[in-house]
Amino acid sequence: MIQIVELTKIFDKGTINEKVAVANVNLTFAAGEFVTIIGGNGAGKSTLLNCLAGNYAVDKGIIRLDGKDITNLPEYKRARWIGRVFQDPSLGTAYDMTIEENLAIAYHKNKSRGLQPGIRKKERQFFREKLAMLGLGLENRLKDKVGLLSGGQRQALTLLMATIVTPRLLLLDEHTAALDPVTAKKVLQLTRKLAENKEICTLMITHNMQEALDIGTRTIMMHNGRVILDISGEEREKMTVEKLMSQFERKSGSSLANDRMLLL
Amino acid sequence: MTYLAILGAVELGLIYAVMALGVFISFRTLNTPDLTVDGSFVLGAAVAAVICSGGGNPFAALLAAFAFGSLAGAVTSLLHTKLGIQPLLSGILVMLALYSVNLRVMGGAPNIHLMNSPSIFNLWQAGLFAGNAKLITAILVILIVFLFLYLFLQTRLGFALRATGDNEIMVRAAGINSNATKLIGLALSNGLVAASGAMIAQYQSYADVGMGMGMVVMGLASVIIGEVVFGVKPLLRRLLAVVLGSVLYRLIIAFAFSLGMPATDLKLVSAVIVAVALSSGALKSAVLKQKQ
Ligand SMILES: Nc1ncnc2c1ncn2[C@@H]1O[C@H](COP(=O)(O)OP(=O)(O)OP(=O)(O)O)[C@@H](O)[C@H]1O
Ligand SMILES: [Mg+2]
Repeated sequence: MIQIVELTKIFDKGTINEKVAVANVNLTFAAGEFVTIIGGNGAGKSTLLNCLAGNYAVDKGIIRLDGKDITNLPEYKRARWIGRVFQDPSLGTAYDMTIEENLAIAYHKNKSRGLQPGIRKKERQFFREKLAMLGLGLENRLKDKVGLLSGGQRQALTLLMATIVTPRLLLLDEHTAALDPVTAKKVLQLTRKLAENKEICTLMITHNMQEALDIGTRTIMMHNGRVILDISGEEREKMTVEKLMSQFERKSGSSLANDRMLLL
Repeated sequence: MTYLAILGAVELGLIYAVMALGVFISFRTLNTPDLTVDGSFVLGAAVAAVICSGGGNPFAALLAAFAFGSLAGAVTSLLHTKLGIQPLLSGILVMLALYSVNLRVMGGAPNIHLMNSPSIFNLWQAGLFAGNAKLITAILVILIVFLFLYLFLQTRLGFALRATGDNEIMVRAAGINSNATKLIGLALSNGLVAASGAMIAQYQSYADVGMGMGMVVMGLASVIIGEVVFGVKPLLRRLLAVVLGSVLYRLIIAFAFSLGMPATDLKLVSAVIVAVALSSGALKSAVLKQKQ
């Protein structure tokens, strides 16, 4: 469903700061797959996701979605198939607008945005039902400004917004990293629930290796812009954090001692 | 203050409120400091002066002013989104260019007098409300603009516009072309500003190439006074606050005049009002520190 061919992204090309953030990556993801992505700081994980979302022009390679070449499509145009949740809870929502207004903006993703009413009565009812599924009581706060919500509530709302129009691709970049452990767990559970849909392919970046193995159907490890490990099925079932770390040290030739990836 | 001075201030406040609503759209809704305003205000006045002095329909003059003002706003937006020039500088460039454009529109003359031309303010001279014709016209116009804006900001497009000012990243992730919403926003904003300029030209029977100087500051002063006095939510109250802020601002100015302030000090007073209002946060915390 998603096909990434020889994808390369170089920052500050031709300067002394030149940095190959993604190096010749080949990957294919199927619908229904839930892929966790791990790797040390600066491995290129976020850059890979940003290339998929269309934040950057890529230097080389092709990205296909359902067979369609979307490599040069602007971000807002491919957004119709892509849902996103960012690490920073403030990036996913419009803080000065209400919960229902935010949901409406996400809900009208693939519709024309003209002079139709911003929210219809029927839609409001639908939003209420969806919000109730989050179990955070937000269904009673439709007219509250998002700026009043906590980080966890915002991430939950952003998740809902990212999936309220079923995307083909769901991109999660350390979306629980800014939350306290209890809230992070809740948001993660919610992620599992919303990503269950068999039409969606989910890519989730995390620094928690145990979590990366526990959740999803496939795990990818990146280092220096390359994919150095790609496991699924039985191989993944048997994988442990210890084995994962020794694999990393062997394949990358570096130690994990000072790396944030160690986070368990 | 005399009754006439108060009446005049209210009338001016309502007319300038259209401009203040335009400034509200750019500075608050879009979160963009747009300085095109000083130029587009005069553009509207110039267009209206030319149309009205030629015997044209004064309402058509307002619409034409709106169209030209929108064009100016669109240029500012394109300088920013297509050519990568900072919003502040884009506005300044267009404002500067408009000075020459406005002179051209006015046929090279620095001002145009509209002594016996038709105007939306002298449509009827006799009848029931003849004495308050200007006030009633001003109220009708602001009502229409207000209603239009209030409804517009609650459409899907209006939502997209408001969200663009809040969080562009979220807006693009929701499949919205943020460059397009910025363009629409600045066009609407400067269209309103120009329409206000057109009304002022008709109200004062006079258009002058220098009449826009500091207009953006006066618009901002109205917006801020409204926010401080009448609050910022919900949307209806927020828009209403801009209109009332504009009227209040004109009343304050009229009061200062009645105390003997020379008219030439107007700009200084406006700047001080905005500076004080904008720094109120810093002032407040300084006072609190003193108390501790
Ligand atoms: N906008 C940018 N301009 C220049 N260099 C960048 C930019 N974004 C990322 N880089 C560089 O590209 C490399 C990959 O960064 P990226 O953000 O993709 O890493 P990451 O795997 O997400 O790391 P982390 O776990 O710290 O989030 C890093 O060396 C980084 O410094
Ligand atoms: Mg990252």
